[in-house]
Amino acid sequence: MTMTDAAPTGPSTATDGSAPLLDVRDLQMYFPVKSSGLIRRTVGHVQAVDGISFQIESGGSLGLVGESGCGKSTTGRLVTRLYKPTAGSIHFEGRDIADLGARQLKPLRREIQMIFQDPYGSLNPRHTVGSIIGAPLEIHDVVPKKQVLSRVQELLEIVGLNPEHYNRYPHEFSGGQRQRIGIARALTLQPKLLVADEPVSALDVSIQAQVINLLQDIQREFNIGFLFVAHDLAVVRHFCPEIAVMYLGKIVEIGERDAIYQHANHPYTQALLSAAPDVKQAAIGGRRERIQLQGDVPSPINPPSGCRFRTRCPFAQDICAAVEPPLMQIGRRHKVACHFAGEIGHHPAEPVTAPLLGVDRHGDPVPGADRNTDIGTDSGYSDTWYDFPGRRIVRDESA
Amino acid sequence: MDNFLSVRDLRVHFPTPDGVVKATDGLSYDLAKGKTLGIVGESGSGKSVSSSAILGLHRGTSAQVSGQILLEGTDLLTITDEEMRLRRGREVAMIFQDPLSAMHPYYTVGNQIGEAYRVHHDVSKKAARARVIEMLELVGIPQPDRRVDDYPHQFSGGMRQRAMIAMALINDPGLVIADEPTTALDVTVQAQILDLLQKLQREFNTGIIIITHDLGVVAEMADDVLVMYAGKAVEYGPTKELLTHPEMPYTWGLLSSVPDLTADVEEKLVPIPGTPPSLLSPPSGCAFHPRCRYKDQVAGDLCVTQQPDLTPGTRGPGHLKRCHLTDPTVPNEEEVARS
Repeated sequence: MTMTDAAPTGPSTATDGSAPLLDVRDLQMYFPVKSSGLIRRTVGHVQAVDGISFQIESGGSLGLVGESGCGKSTTGRLVTRLYKPTAGSIHFEGRDIADLGARQLKPLRREIQMIFQDPYGSLNPRHTVGSIIGAPLEIHDVVPKKQVLSRVQELLEIVGLNPEHYNRYPHEFSGGQRQRIGIARALTLQPKLLVADEPVSALDVSIQAQVINLLQDIQREFNIGFLFVAHDLAVVRHFCPEIAVMYLGKIVEIGERDAIYQHANHPYTQALLSAAPDVKQAAIGGRRERIQLQGDVPSPINPPSGCRFRTRCPFAQDICAAVEPPLMQIGRRHKVACHFAGEIGHHPAEPVTAPLLGVDRHGDPVPGADRNTDIGTDSGYSDTWYDFPGRRIVRDESA
Repeated sequence: MDNFLSVRDLRVHFPTPDGVVKATDGLSYDLAKGKTLGIVGESGSGKSVSSSAILGLHRGTSAQVSGQILLEGTDLLTITDEEMRLRRGREVAMIFQDPLSAMHPYYTVGNQIGEAYRVHHDVSKKAARARVIEMLELVGIPQPDRRVDDYPHQFSGGMRQRAMIAMALINDPGLVIADEPTTALDVTVQAQILDLLQKLQREFNTGIIIITHDLGVVAEMADDVLVMYAGKAVEYGPTKELLTHPEMPYTWGLLSSVPDLTADVEEKLVPIPGTPPSLLSPPSGCAFHPRCRYKDQVAGDLCVTQQPDLTPGTRGPGHLKRCHLTDPTVPNEEEVARS
């Protein structure tokens, strides 16, 4: 790649210039794997999340998609600080919360709340709905005890449940109604960020739409930022203007809705989209052409060298095993991590990243070549990016 | 009728202390050899219960099963338990949703698949093992001669489901019932399994009943679709017609409540209001009427008082719907335009 202009530099900021609500950089979560026996030595690590960076703006929503084991739920739990990350930073409203202790985290719990997947397992069966939703109010001492009930009823009304049902138990509600209770509990403290981990996948299709609409109404009304973790590509597309695709602990592609769904550049994103069954196919009578991926996702304990997707990638070459592709910005709000990034049918024959990384087409270092080491560490978007077909840097005039 | 499988007026009722649960109530459908029927519906609509009746899995329980299940002319509901046992696995086999709990953790995969073969074939263990390896290879398990001695936990989710398919197909049954076969799997693996099922269906000319809540899977796999609600068929017909021109408000509702990969994202989803009915005391008249947005368009309170019959729809032969609406195309066009 020849650079006709200065490389994209400088700390990234949100496009409107204000600091993002959430700024995650190089986040890493390794879970130790212990040996069996009396002395449980650490024999390896599950690299659940391995150096991911992203931003969420106030009132915005980022969708995290990927297959099971890709680290999307772990990311959600790191952001809510249910886990303490191994490395990396999580800036919430400008403050790094990655290393805070339990006491320092307590006020933060008001700001970041979570909605869980399983509406049965996430509600205590021995507590009434009123005490489940009211508990955060008492723990954080937000309102006087006398006003807890009226606030609970107000919340029940917001999520579309009968306010008179505050003294019922979770088993008296259906799955969709329980998910509404979980949402009401998450809203109790008026959080600024909601992490929704597969909020609708346990629900029947006719109920899913009710809950998705409710979440959208809530987001608009209270201007809440969302980290929406799900495996259903159509649901994520519907809910999130920005989507990150994860594979084996890494973000392989991130960008605006259209960039991901119309102009996917990563072979994994393309395969994922082509594998998703679509009702619309009925109209054309049968199945679309689909990109077949061979085999299963490799173990995150011992991930492949270089690009983690290379063992299943139809375009993989030598360089993919030797060098890990950085997450490069290739559009106004679009980044991809692939040596052969390109839309379907337009994957280049030569690795586009080689000149950037100072390696040849096999991934071997070129003596004396510069190695650009800071690509892919930005959490936001820059107003310049790489334009691979023209091999140059484009400056965004509109920014 | 040259139909391979004919289900007629199937009823599966469960007596409980609170009353009779009519899990399946008067279900009829046909399936030809080599074809696929998709049964869709919400949880509790009776789709799994009706299919396990075909395998005779309600025998010996308190369930009251009536009607006819004709498999190549033989009524599976009247034959003896012993005759049923001989057919189960050999003529009708099942693929379950969760392969980890459908397999025994203490036996090797090869052992379990081989058992299914040896029950119906008088062969040596060695011959059965060779047959198992052949099947594992057919379903795409790498190094089948080695993996045959693995335990289920050593297989990945996709491989376990492949092994389940090998187990179901080892006796070359004419009918395979797949109950949510890919729900527990990731999309890329789901695509592999659906492709495999279709390939094997062409090879063995198997009839498949695929039970799912995913309309996308139905669109890909099924020749015919049966939509169930509260134990009854509410719409039945060729997949292409039914998913593009449905004529029953519940089917419209299902289609409009799922987002798809090309829909306008500014458009709000149109959910079906309310929740599925209790099967202990289903609503009067049309079971869907409490959630139906079109019942006002039917004269009088017919929807509340009278259960509609399954009558021919307008989308060609074989299209049936259970609805009082006389002009079902009006809201339908609107619905299709939305989605």
